This record gives sequence, structure tokens and C-alpha cells, in this order.
Amino acid sequence: MMDKQHEHIVRSYEEELSLLNNNIAKMGGLAEQVLGQAIDALERRDPELAAATINEDEAIDALEREIEEQAVVMIAKRQPMAFDLRQIMASLRIANDLERIGDLGKNIAKRAVAVVAEQQPKALMLGLKHMGELSLAQLKEVLDAFIERDADRALKVWYKDEEIDAMYNSLFRELLTYMMEDPRNIGLCTHLLFGAKNIERIGDHATNIAETVYYLVHGAAITDQRPKGDTTSSTPVPLKRSAG
Amino acid sequence: MVMGVKVMEANVEARPTVRVPAPTLEAESAPEARELKLSATDVNLWYGQKQALFDVNLNIFDRSVTALIGPSGCGKSTFLRCLNRMNDTIEGCRMTGKILLDGEDINARDVDPVQLRARVGMVFQKPNPFPKSIFENVAYAPRIHGLCKSKADLEEVVVKSLQRAGLYEEVKDRLDEPGTGLSGGQQQRLCIARAISVNPEVLLMDEPCSALDPIATARIETLIDELKKTFCIVIVTHSMQQAARVSQRTAFFHLGKLVEVDDTVKIFTNPADTRTQDYVTGRFG
Repeated sequence: MMDKQHEHIVRSYEEELSLLNNNIAKMGGLAEQVLGQAIDALERRDPELAAATINEDEAIDALEREIEEQAVVMIAKRQPMAFDLRQIMASLRIANDLERIGDLGKNIAKRAVAVVAEQQPKALMLGLKHMGELSLAQLKEVLDAFIERDADRALKVWYKDEEIDAMYNSLFRELLTYMMEDPRNIGLCTHLLFGAKNIERIGDHATNIAETVYYLVHGAAITDQRPKGDTTSSTPVPLKRSAG
Repeated sequence: MVMGVKVMEANVEARPTVRVPAPTLEAESAPEARELKLSATDVNLWYGQKQALFDVNLNIFDRSVTALIGPSGCGKSTFLRCLNRMNDTIEGCRMTGKILLDGEDINARDVDPVQLRARVGMVFQKPNPFPKSIFENVAYAPRIHGLCKSKADLEEVVVKSLQRAGLYEEVKDRLDEPGTGLSGGQQQRLCIARAISVNPEVLLMDEPCSALDPIATARIETLIDELKKTFCIVIVTHSMQQAARVSQRTAFFHLGKLVEVDDTVKIFTNPADTRTQDYVTGRFG
């Protein structure tokens, strides 16, 4: 954790920084909400919740614009240095990641609407839900790490993303199997596969935020190499060829 | 943290994170690339009973700009004036420790301060041209140091100095007019021309832009960029942004002590000492 910072001599500077910080927290809260609701909507097949979730993404986009504007004005006005400079740069980067998380969450909600009428295999839904919960937990944890300026917590999030990747890999295989079993599953499975991919991407954005928090606190990038667990892009799809 | 688990069967590839090499500390960063010009060892200084500098140890490198920053009264100007013995003239001022210029003690008994100041020139906060013509302002020092054999030589030195100071084009038609008639920024460049006319090795600048408008300041900063190719420049400035823009190394002074010295980028993005952090971010309490 950081040493407690002294306050700026210029009080309005202090106020601007805390406003920026609050906006990130607010945006983070909204992103968590969108992601949580999208997964619920998918699991419970609730088109109303899905529609509400799709609408909520707008507020995230608006906050991102606001944060960008604040950061630009502060850079011009205050010519920030050292930790302040890193705080402002970090806010910009985190806002960018949160905006993407919002979009991905919204996309999951849209798919929830699309698959409402389909019969959903329980095991698959459970896997997806579990993966969603893990990415949500990662997002919560990394946002707390940001608020607390706690690089160690951020680092833990960074390492933990591997679990999401592993879950995605196994879900990918399961979905392939379902599709191969019965072509009528392809519609649903494709939606679920994209949903899973979105969740996996959200995990990546959480690790981006973790990297930013680490940079914010230490002024240097994480130098360790994080193993990348998503291997699906190199997984071959075995095509069954019927004889004759 | 050990990552022993291999995930799935295929490529465990490294995440393509952008890796900024952590700025290295002074001792580690390629010392051979930096040529030591001035070095201060255990410098203590008193004005009468009051101690103004405490055990300052600082290396200053050639062909680069070193910025001295810190709140008023922190000793940065005092330290700057030690470098060409400008404190000699202040009554009750006493210094201990060593300051070496190219390995030679500048306070040694056989060093003539006037000759020293020809090697270590100085530019002050307020432009202070002599009440003489523009030409004479620049010609004065080369003449008293006997650097020019003929009038043509002297003229050449004056023109060259004015050119290097980026002033020649603006004043070439009125070299015999008084230097005091120029604008503030032009006067400051005249003072720089005067300082470099004797071809010094080190240029000390004590807040050279604090009396200038932003455009004149920008001109001086461009000039500093140009001059650092040939000179060792030490600049005292209250403008953190200026220090960040013009210098390669920054030293932060506080209460007569050198708190931190490092590459400028490091000082302004990730200083090691909390006092430096507080100062550069405007948090000093």
C-alpha cells in the first residue's frame, strides 16, 4: 500500500483528483452491475433484465467521456507530476478498460435475449455462470485494489486470470462437443461460446486494470511474465467425415 | 511467485504487456556515457552562524543539463554559486568540502577566481546587461581576458556569440545601441551571449527565465537545448515544468540538503523520496 499522501497546497486540485477517483469508482460499480445482470439474465432467461442491462451501458459510456474530459483539463491546467501524473494516466486507462467491460457485458445481455427460447443444457449454463462469477469477482477485487492503491492485491488478480482462461478452454471444448453431437445445438452454442469469450475478455480487461494499478503504485510495469491460459485459438476442430 | 503449472497442453505464451524498462539509478546507468565535469564532495556552507548547505554530494556531467530544484531558501542558488566561487565575495560565508572541475579543486589557493569564472560562466535571474552597447556587452569579457588578437577577431567572436545565443538576427543592424534598450528576453539572450563569449566549459543559470514572458522563455529553452551540445549546463529553476523540459538530470534540495538526484524522467514520474514527491506534485506542507 502507498504511504498516505499529503494534501495539495491548491485545494481545488485535490478536489479534482478525488472527483476523478470517484468517477472511476462509480464507473467500476456500473460495470460490475452490467456484468452481474447480464450473466443473471442469461442464466434465468430473463429478457426484461437483459433489456435493462443493455440500457445501463449508456451510463458507462457517458462516464468514460466525462473522465476523459476531466483528465484532459487537469493535464492542461495542473501539469501533473509524479504520482498525480500516474493517477491521471491510470484513470484514463482504467476508464477505457471499464468501457470495454461494459460493452462486453451488454453483448452478453443481447445474447441472453437471443437464446431466451432455446432449451439450455444445465451443465453448460453452470459452467458459464461460474466463469461469469469468477470474472465478476476479479473485477471487484481489482477495483478495490485501485481504490486502496494496493499493488499486491492487483498482482493477485493478475495471476488469477489464468483460472478464467482454463475455464474458458474447457467450456470451449464442451460447446464443440454439443455442436458436433447435434447441429440443432449450433445456434445456442455459438451464442454461449461468444458469451464465454466475452467473459474471458472481461477477465483480460481486469488484468489490464491490475497492471495499471501496479504501475500507479510503483511507477513501473509488472515485469514478471503471466502465463496465458487461453489456448482455444490454436485448438483444432475435429471434423467428422462420414464415410462415402 | 513461481508459475509452475502448465496450462492445458499447448502454448503457454507470454502476455504481450508493454514493458517500460524501470529507470535505473544513478550508479547503474551507463557511467561511461556520461563524462564527469563537476563534482561536489561533502560541501557544507555557512552564512555567518547559519548553515545553508549540509553535506552536499553531487556529480554534474558534461554536455547535459542538470536542474537544481527546491523551495525558496533550500540552498540551490547557494550551491550554484559555489560552483564558480561567487560566494567568495559574501562576507561571513564559509565553505568546507571539495568542488572539482575536471578533477581540479576550484578552491585551491592557486586558482584565480576570475580565470575560474571564464571557465564557469553565469547567467542571472534578472537580465543585467552592462550600460554599454550591444557589441561592447559581448566584447567586454574576451577583451579583458585577452582572447582576441585583432579587432576583426573580436568582431568575429561577438557575432558568433550573438548567433549562438540566437540574438544576432534581431540586433545585427543596431550593435552600437545600448543593450539596456532591448526587451527582457533579448537582454537575457544578450547576457547568455556575453557569458559564452569567452568560451566557457560550464554555464550556470540562476532562474534565467523567471523574469521573462512565455515566448522569451521558450526561446531561452530552445537555446539551452542547443547549448547543451557543447556546454555543461547547471540551471536553478522554480518551474518544475521547465526543469522537466530542459534537463536530463534533476537534483532536489530541501533545507540545505540534497534530498535526491536522478534522471529527470525518474524525478518527475516516479521519485524515490516522499519529500521529492511532495514537492514536484505541489503538496509541500
